[in-house]
Amino acid sequence: MPRNSKIRKVLVIGSGPIVIGQAAEFDYAGTQACRSLKEEGLEVVLLNSNPATIMTDKDIADRVYIEPLTVEVVEQLILKEKPDSVLPTLGGQAALNLAMELEENGFLRRNNVRLIGTTSETIKKAEDRLEFKTTMEKIGEPCAASLVVESVEEGVRFAEKIGYPVVLRPAYTLGGSGGGIADNRGQLAEILENGLRLSRVGQVLVERCIAGWKEIEYEVMRDSAGNCITVCNMENIDPVGVHTGDSIVVAPSQTLGDKEYQMLRTSAINIISELNITGGCNVQYALHPKTFEYCVIEVNPRVSRSSALASKATGYPIAKVAAKIALGYTLDEIQNAVTKKTYASFEPMLDYCVVKIPRLPFDKFISAKRTLTTQMKATGEVMSICDNFEGALMKAIRSLEQHVDGLMSYDYSYLSGEDLLEELAVVDDRRIWKIAEALRQGISYDEIYDISGIDKWFIDKIAVLVEMEMRLKSEPLTAGLLREAKRLEFPDKVIADLAGKEESEICRMRYENGITAAYKMVDTCAAEFAAETPYYYSVYGSENEVEKTNDRKKVLVLGSGPIRIGQGIEFDFCSVHCTWAFSKEGYETIIVNNNPETVSTDFDIADKLYFEPLTPEDVRSIVDLEKPDGAVVQFGGQTAIKLTESLMKMGVPILGTSAENVDAAEDRELFDGILEKCGIPRPTGGTVFTAEEAKKVANELGYPVLVRPSYVLGGQGMQIAINDHDVDEFIGIINRVAQDHPILVDKYLQGKEIEVDAVCDGEDILIPGIMEHIERAGIHSGDSISVYPAQSISEKTKRTIEEYTKKLAQSLHVIGLINIQFIVCGEEVYVIEVNPRSSRTVPYISKVTGIPIVPLATKVIIGGKIKELGYMPGLQPEADYFAVKMPVFSFEKIRGADISLGPEMKSTGECLGIARTFDEALYKAFLGAGIKLPKHKNMIITVREEDKEKAVEIGRRFEKIGYRIFATRGTADAMKAAGVKANAVNKIEQESPNLMDLILGHKIDLVIDTPPHGAERSKDGFVIRRNAIETGVNVLTAIDTAEALITSLENTNIRKLMLIDIAKI
Amino acid sequence: MSGGDNGVYNRAVVHAHTAFFMEGNRWIMKAFLILEDGTVFEGINIGSKKEVISEIVFNTSMTGYLEVLTDPSYAGQAVVMTYPLIGNYGITPDMESKRAWPDGYIVRELSRLPSNFRCEGTIQDFLKEQDIPGIAGIDTRALTKILREKGTMNGMITVNENYDLKEILPLLRGYRVGDVVSKATCRESYVLRGDGPKVALMDYGAKNNIAKSLNKRGCEVTVYPAFTPASDVISSKPDGIMLSNGPGDPKTCGAIIDEVRKLYETDIPIFAICLGHQLMALANGAKTYKLKYGHRGGNHPVKDLSNNRVYISSQNHGYAVDALTLDGAVAKEAFVNVNDGTNEGFSYVGKNIFTVQFHPEACPGPQDSGYLFDRFMDMMKGAR
Repeated sequence: MPRNSKIRKVLVIGSGPIVIGQAAEFDYAGTQACRSLKEEGLEVVLLNSNPATIMTDKDIADRVYIEPLTVEVVEQLILKEKPDSVLPTLGGQAALNLAMELEENGFLRRNNVRLIGTTSETIKKAEDRLEFKTTMEKIGEPCAASLVVESVEEGVRFAEKIGYPVVLRPAYTLGGSGGGIADNRGQLAEILENGLRLSRVGQVLVERCIAGWKEIEYEVMRDSAGNCITVCNMENIDPVGVHTGDSIVVAPSQTLGDKEYQMLRTSAINIISELNITGGCNVQYALHPKTFEYCVIEVNPRVSRSSALASKATGYPIAKVAAKIALGYTLDEIQNAVTKKTYASFEPMLDYCVVKIPRLPFDKFISAKRTLTTQMKATGEVMSICDNFEGALMKAIRSLEQHVDGLMSYDYSYLSGEDLLEELAVVDDRRIWKIAEALRQGISYDEIYDISGIDKWFIDKIAVLVEMEMRLKSEPLTAGLLREAKRLEFPDKVIADLAGKEESEICRMRYENGITAAYKMVDTCAAEFAAETPYYYSVYGSENEVEKTNDRKKVLVLGSGPIRIGQGIEFDFCSVHCTWAFSKEGYETIIVNNNPETVSTDFDIADKLYFEPLTPEDVRSIVDLEKPDGAVVQFGGQTAIKLTESLMKMGVPILGTSAENVDAAEDRELFDGILEKCGIPRPTGGTVFTAEEAKKVANELGYPVLVRPSYVLGGQGMQIAINDHDVDEFIGIINRVAQDHPILVDKYLQGKEIEVDAVCDGEDILIPGIMEHIERAGIHSGDSISVYPAQSISEKTKRTIEEYTKKLAQSLHVIGLINIQFIVCGEEVYVIEVNPRSSRTVPYISKVTGIPIVPLATKVIIGGKIKELGYMPGLQPEADYFAVKMPVFSFEKIRGADISLGPEMKSTGECLGIARTFDEALYKAFLGAGIKLPKHKNMIITVREEDKEKAVEIGRRFEKIGYRIFATRGTADAMKAAGVKANAVNKIEQESPNLMDLILGHKIDLVIDTPPHGAERSKDGFVIRRNAIETGVNVLTAIDTAEALITSLENTNIRKLMLIDIAKI
Repeated sequence: MSGGDNGVYNRAVVHAHTAFFMEGNRWIMKAFLILEDGTVFEGINIGSKKEVISEIVFNTSMTGYLEVLTDPSYAGQAVVMTYPLIGNYGITPDMESKRAWPDGYIVRELSRLPSNFRCEGTIQDFLKEQDIPGIAGIDTRALTKILREKGTMNGMITVNENYDLKEILPLLRGYRVGDVVSKATCRESYVLRGDGPKVALMDYGAKNNIAKSLNKRGCEVTVYPAFTPASDVISSKPDGIMLSNGPGDPKTCGAIIDEVRKLYETDIPIFAICLGHQLMALANGAKTYKLKYGHRGGNHPVKDLSNNRVYISSQNHGYAVDALTLDGAVAKEAFVNVNDGTNEGFSYVGKNIFTVQFHPEACPGPQDSGYLFDRFMDMMKGAR
């Protein structure tokens, strides 16, 4: 069937800010879809509140709105742009939920806008628990015994009928928010109450627990003619009970025979057909490990994280094909972009094995529980490809960038016998390391299987790796043994350690014996057809099939690895734009990255894609083969920066700012020298290695001081210490990981925090704009609300900042991007941090100023001059708009994480508010971050002593717009004294009714709780903040944020927002 | 070419020439795959140690290695599995015939520990029991690319490391698959009881699931040896006739084709799969030709031209019918391959006969086209 010619203008809805459970995969899907729509000559209107995305680029869509994802906004946008169709299946649950609401309230019908890619009936059948169950029963597809309940009592009654444990799944939530497994009545009541509240429709599914069964997924495509194919299936190594987003996943399935494989495949096709899905769909199964019994766990009637993984695992562009299907094409009309010979109506065949490992944020949330449950916790993931499972696992492990390079990286040898068995029963992110240790200690496969439920095939593969460790330790290292170790992807460093040699010796021995990596192509068809995709993975012991190219200059672009707190999608934005810019300049581009969720790992972004770990050894193998003319590291975050030195040793020129200068910015002494030379002040401080030295420096400076390791991103390990005790504690935490570099102790200045990104060509600089943080210094810049243009600093200060930026960029010989953070106290400007690379704010500032910073920096890197590129150097004139970048957190997903903000970054994503007035921009930003007020008009204020004065004024303003204020005794007294009505409430340790009862009573909109400085004392409010977050209450932990919020609420009306097409900026 | 009853070349292993090496504490025996173009792959021996010459073909299925090994259509061929990890779930009760048929088996890696609740043994032992020589540890992707570029070719699997290419290559070039149907078909007819329509299944090397698919639908299936005269079949008054899949070049089945022609001339509904499909076309004057490297796997899209629906099919064939050589007045093309446009099925004009090149019985592979057995059932009911 050809394309539906009535479709001319399509609104594509994105997924909004990156949160746990909804991450970069939707930028990948959305970008691919938009490009696919534009290829068809359609006009594309894009809506997404996330400015760090590639899809919100004017190159990708015709009209781009970075506006909050609310029903009101979509309605206004549809009225303004008058699209004839809305495509909601590529923006995750967020977009799908919006589409549902618009359909249910009749807006789409009234305005003659059609939903494409799905129908509301399909969404309902797949997402509404009851309808889903009924549908499955109708076609004879088994689901676990379950009941949709709307009250706790109902849930308890059912659970007691079918027996504990039971699984709880709230309807319409993402990443399984609010779900869990309950073993008894108490747990059930707790989880259920929470789940009912988080569900958009107040429904939770109580279900027979099938924990321990194999978890299998199928990615299915279907067109409007009813043709179906499965793109790939995947097997979770962790059995049912761990969210698939937190599981180690392998593709294709390894332990299923053809009978099981086809049984589930047929089931998946029956389901997608019955649901009448047109596009992509993901079906999750639990398969009994000892019978053919299976249950359908869940269906996602849209492109999902799993489909991004399946796309990268197979080379089949699911999002692109889904977009074409939405336009009316059938699968046999859509060409397979990989082979260019076959069509989308075939099933990919893999001749390799793919392993995905989640990237979990426990390094950021030290207090959080590491246990993995049905509630997803991972912020990102890595994928690896190899022709054997062991190798794929090893490559994935070292791609994580968590100081792990193999199965010995976490030492459990101190555990033995009972203790180890007990540890094995704990389902957490380190289970495979524990299994390895159990195998080393001779614990049987049977015992490990009985405890973990992990299939013995996988246990045996871990055993193969453990046996190789033993052989490397005990046998002489022959070329044969080395060859076998490399086939299993043991890194040289690990081999060296085991064999008692130097890494360089192993490396030399490899080259002498011709043991080098070969690269194979991902071609969707197991080599059956000649393919044109330049998408490669490495293997040892095979023939290389990468064709040599050297007709053009070649540049290596290093990606940023898995999405984690502190290093998000923004670096992928930069890597992709840099690649495109190099391409335009006539370069052959090569991307190395390992993140399956990103645009950069789409095979048509660069001329060649190497899906590989970003370690020096892995990169060197690529360099050996490709011999690039240069490498760019400044766009790939800390991951790429860390490779600078190794690249230089390989003889690859670093394009842009040189390695010495990157070092100079990080090395305290060198940097101090530069500042002194430039006459730029910085907060005084010193470098230390031990707690004793730190305390000495701190006392000389006077508390409070800022303590942090050097060479980190996202403020990892950074803390404000107010006394010696804090210093001891923080240094202890930092030194848990051996530090190669000293720890920095600085005087903590409480001023305004200012941030700039600039392009420098060696002489001139270009600053697109100055950004100001709403929260005072002390809160990580990534967690602060950032405002452009800066609101509260003088013209003179702006000039000072411009001058300092220029001096610093010149002194550090920056060629390309530089990011500088300042503190402004009065008219004094201090430099607190300099990063000679791209930063988190680059996509946002590019979009709101309309200056394409990354392409500009790229041109500068290859010798262009700002003046010749059509720009006036210096600080650019301010735009006509106000733009507010708002951090977004995923605290509700991480049990036990402290939500109070500090110097360590905690946000997972961001959204943007852009408007003609500051207040409206701020309002949009809050709205985009999910703070939608008012609901009940009740709030709680409990603040530390130094914030009381401000809190009173904020309280007064909230009271004025009709809020009822509850406060703890001290805060309430202060309010009353100032004439603000406040109801005093007991603290949680006091008797009921207290704060906790109020929060659990579900009548509170907002909690303002500013914790006192210092690690110990801030623990007091921890329970309140956690409970508030887990019951879905908005919590602000910085007084400045609260002030911004009330300002925005006072002046803005959700129905009268002005929507701005940033493609026109 | 001399050798076994169907041209399979066998030679006893000369142990003096085999090479061993130690891996860990195990002795491993080297094996070599020598292709007709002179390419040699060195790997390790699996299964039997006998030396074979055969036609080397590749299969892209990711599961179902046992069904592939026991599919009689592989008689006269050695199979390369493109999926690198084989044997993961061991040997399960899923054999498609009583024995394994390929002359040789070529894989990247055999799993040392199979894991599945129905697992009855390892693939390593199975290959030895079935006396099938094989080679593991070679770059199967590189091999597949050679076969893709140069087309299916003959090769030798040997453990003799003193192989002499000058001696071997002419042997490889001279090898022909020969008559393999007579080897693959059953020796005597047998019956699967059922109370529905009576089906005569002509076994040219049939996979079990063809009979099972009919039997499951209630048919009483009588399986006949390939060379049973048509008159015998017709006189048993079946409600329908099923022509099965089978190995080899259809053109070499002259005697069978004559019998198929006789079956065509009756009014009995006929459904034919794979070789059966080719034989019916040949019986009606069509021509068949050898594909460059065949279709073997579980991912081939076929389009049903009656409604333009596309189904993913299981396939295993090296020859195809040239649709242009079959008179449109005799048969209409019913299915085509979406990838390369080759013929995938015919519907015979004025006859209750339809034939497909692919495998609706699956095993291994997708079950999407299983509805064709229902179509056959309807046809038989309609003809009654």
